[in-house]
Amino acid sequence: MIGYVVRRLLLAVPTLLGVTVVAFLTVHWMPGDPAEIIAGEHASPEVVEQIRKDLRLDRPLPEQYALYLGDLARGELGRSAKSHEPVVDEIRRYFPATVELATASLLLATLLGLLAGAAAAQRPGGWIDATSTILASLGVSMPVFWLGLMLMYALAVRFPVFPVSGRLPVTMDVPVVTGFVVADALLARDGGAVRDALRHLTLPAVVLATVPMAVIARITRSSLVEAMEQDYIRTARAKGVPESLVLLRHAARNGLLPTVTVIGLQFGFLLGGAIITETIFAWPGVGRWILLAVQSRDAPVLQGGILLMAVSFTLVNLATDVAYAALDPRIKLR
Amino acid sequence: MVRFLFGVLATSLALLAASDARAQMQPVNGGTLLYGRGMDAVGLDPSHESDGESFKVCDNIYECLVRFADDGTSVEPQLATDWSVSADGLVWTFDLRDDVRFHCGDPVDAAAVAYSLERQWGAREPRHPDYGVGGPYPFWGYLGMDDVLAAVEVLDPGTVRFRLKQPSAPFLSNLACNFAAIVCPRDAQERGQEFFRNPCGTGPFRFVKWERAESITIERNPDYWGFHAYLDRVVFRSVPENSTRFFELLSGSIHMMDGIPPDDVAAIEKNRALKLLGAPGMNVAYLAMNLDHEPFGNPLVRRAVCHAVDKAAIAEGLYAGLADIARGPVPPNVFGAHPNPSDYDYDQDLARELLTQAGYPEGFETTLWTMAGPRPYMPQPLRLAQVIQADLAAVGIHAQIISFEWGTYLDRVHRGHHDLALLGWQADNGDPDNFLFVHFDKSAAVPPAGNIAFYRDERVHELLVRGQQTPDPEARLPVYLEAQELIHRDAPWVPLVHTMELAAMRKEVTGYLLHPTGRVLLSRVFLAR
Repeated sequence: MIGYVVRRLLLAVPTLLGVTVVAFLTVHWMPGDPAEIIAGEHASPEVVEQIRKDLRLDRPLPEQYALYLGDLARGELGRSAKSHEPVVDEIRRYFPATVELATASLLLATLLGLLAGAAAAQRPGGWIDATSTILASLGVSMPVFWLGLMLMYALAVRFPVFPVSGRLPVTMDVPVVTGFVVADALLARDGGAVRDALRHLTLPAVVLATVPMAVIARITRSSLVEAMEQDYIRTARAKGVPESLVLLRHAARNGLLPTVTVIGLQFGFLLGGAIITETIFAWPGVGRWILLAVQSRDAPVLQGGILLMAVSFTLVNLATDVAYAALDPRIKLR
Repeated sequence: MVRFLFGVLATSLALLAASDARAQMQPVNGGTLLYGRGMDAVGLDPSHESDGESFKVCDNIYECLVRFADDGTSVEPQLATDWSVSADGLVWTFDLRDDVRFHCGDPVDAAAVAYSLERQWGAREPRHPDYGVGGPYPFWGYLGMDDVLAAVEVLDPGTVRFRLKQPSAPFLSNLACNFAAIVCPRDAQERGQEFFRNPCGTGPFRFVKWERAESITIERNPDYWGFHAYLDRVVFRSVPENSTRFFELLSGSIHMMDGIPPDDVAAIEKNRALKLLGAPGMNVAYLAMNLDHEPFGNPLVRRAVCHAVDKAAIAEGLYAGLADIARGPVPPNVFGAHPNPSDYDYDQDLARELLTQAGYPEGFETTLWTMAGPRPYMPQPLRLAQVIQADLAAVGIHAQIISFEWGTYLDRVHRGHHDLALLGWQADNGDPDNFLFVHFDKSAAVPPAGNIAFYRDERVHELLVRGQQTPDPEARLPVYLEAQELIHRDAPWVPLVHTMELAAMRKEVTGYLLHPTGRVLLSRVFLAR
């Protein structure tokens, strides 16, 4: 198993190198002179020239790239052209918010998606199956924007069960340790803050969970249905194993493999930040951060953002593959 | 019986009025006011910034030598107790209060006043020492202060003297504007590039913290020299989505908000927990045509654009009627506004004819720039751009909409990257110079330009300069009227609307006054029980 993990890790290296090339070239692909973009619109020619030197843009591309890799190795991502803050600090500020939201919505999506999928698979064509199919198609096709505002109006304004937006009441101070508000509130042993943080998290997590939940439900259903048609299931039934056990013990182990892949993929997507959900819920995550960087042509932030998205996607994929191997011993041998 | 009912009604109304009056008279100390708005501040160094979101916060942290009265733009003492001006209008001497300290504890003296203004000198010179600090000082540039101010002299710690190069009618009003705020010299110098994130002024509130993209918190300045604020704290929250912000207000999780979409006005008025304040604003929303980009150098094309835009439909459809059609750049409530301005009527046929005369019978392609988020004078910039895009397409002008986030948008438009650009102006000092010089003088057509039409006319320049140098209002008026007529003739802008100032708040928010200049001053606001 360890050998497999190491092999997979080594395989991820070329992928990550490719990503650094893309992130590096972003600055060069953007319209306009990178030095001028970073210097800001009002900078004098001298300042622009200085920045060109500072950023080594006057050197040949391969050399620049090598130096960029060196910076990355030291954890240097440059400074935002807009806020003048180190990009690393900004990632530290915005990424935890995204991870928190992504994790919460994926947990929700997985739990409900698996339940709905398994229930539907028990009797393909039955009314549970039909209902879950309809709900899943609704979930996939519902505009996030509309759903978000409707839920917000219903559950935060009309019947104020949840707060409207944000991560915590602005007047509440929780010492930042991890950047994850729920975790920080737990660390501070502040029960009120934990409750508030969870309440703030609920609506955006539900909204963000709709699509992955629908996808997970559909995949679970179809792979379970397929698994249920296998010979070993017939054998199990012939032995007199109760139907629920057949489903959970025999079908699930093999049938859920595609679901694991889908969950991993969805998590990877969610980590890139959900721009619409973050905007509606005034959630200060990387989606909004990258969007603002695109709008203000903030090259260093864009570079950092692309890298962040790609690295988290790669790592999640790696984790998925490892989980896969744990579930299906044949994988390791391939 | 009827009389009895009437009596009951009258009594209860009187009671209501009385309880309301009592609430007005018995302010409540303490509490945190949550203020919702669409965007975060760009920076908190008042001389560096030029956008309202930054000023909303700066207005409560910083002060100037003089201030505007609560109800208008007449000038009152603030950090200066008194001032005198020489007979030729060239020497202004200010006596300073001796009991004022910056939030860091340093005393305010004439040297601090001199530093605050002198640091902005030569803002357009590329070698300005603070050039790297988030750009130059745009306001100083807009107002042409380099050409106005000759020297700032510290006579003694309590007296500062300004020597002018030429008499300047709006000079005193300008000193009440944000760019002339007095900043702590020690903090500004020590913090350098970080000063715009760690402001230190003399105002009734002092800075606490700034969570980028989320909120800015300020708190009561306990050592304030003047009227102590009622509120303990104010939090300016950025809630980018209009509907979300309105929901926050409805649910009571913010106390007041601006950037109200006109569609929500009816809902606010109907809601008993909310109130809506409205007053005619001193502002203008406009479409500027970049004369440096063809074909807008051609006056026929510009007039065609003026005739093509249906302003009445815009005022009605996008501002829910809470705006007056602008017939010129100067709002009617500002001194010097033309009393009978002529306007280009909405006439598509005429627009097409003018285009044909200009040599564009088939029309042409161009770009139409707009900001990504709402502004007080433009609550729905993207929809406005789409409406104008459709109006222009109807006469053959095909405009591609280009949009940037606010800070970048201002930067690029000030550098003249656009063909057509939507923008607006909120009065700083209620002087016609503040509307006309900034937008139409040739000296303001240098990046970072306030004159984003890049309109340069010698006669207009002559008039605007004369207007600045003529202190007598009666002699000034005809100068400004002629300038406005020439600007109308040359049509560098389509003036769109003058909007109402609007603020929506929970009923308990008391004491808030809408200022005609759009300032958000919160020291006399309290949360009634």
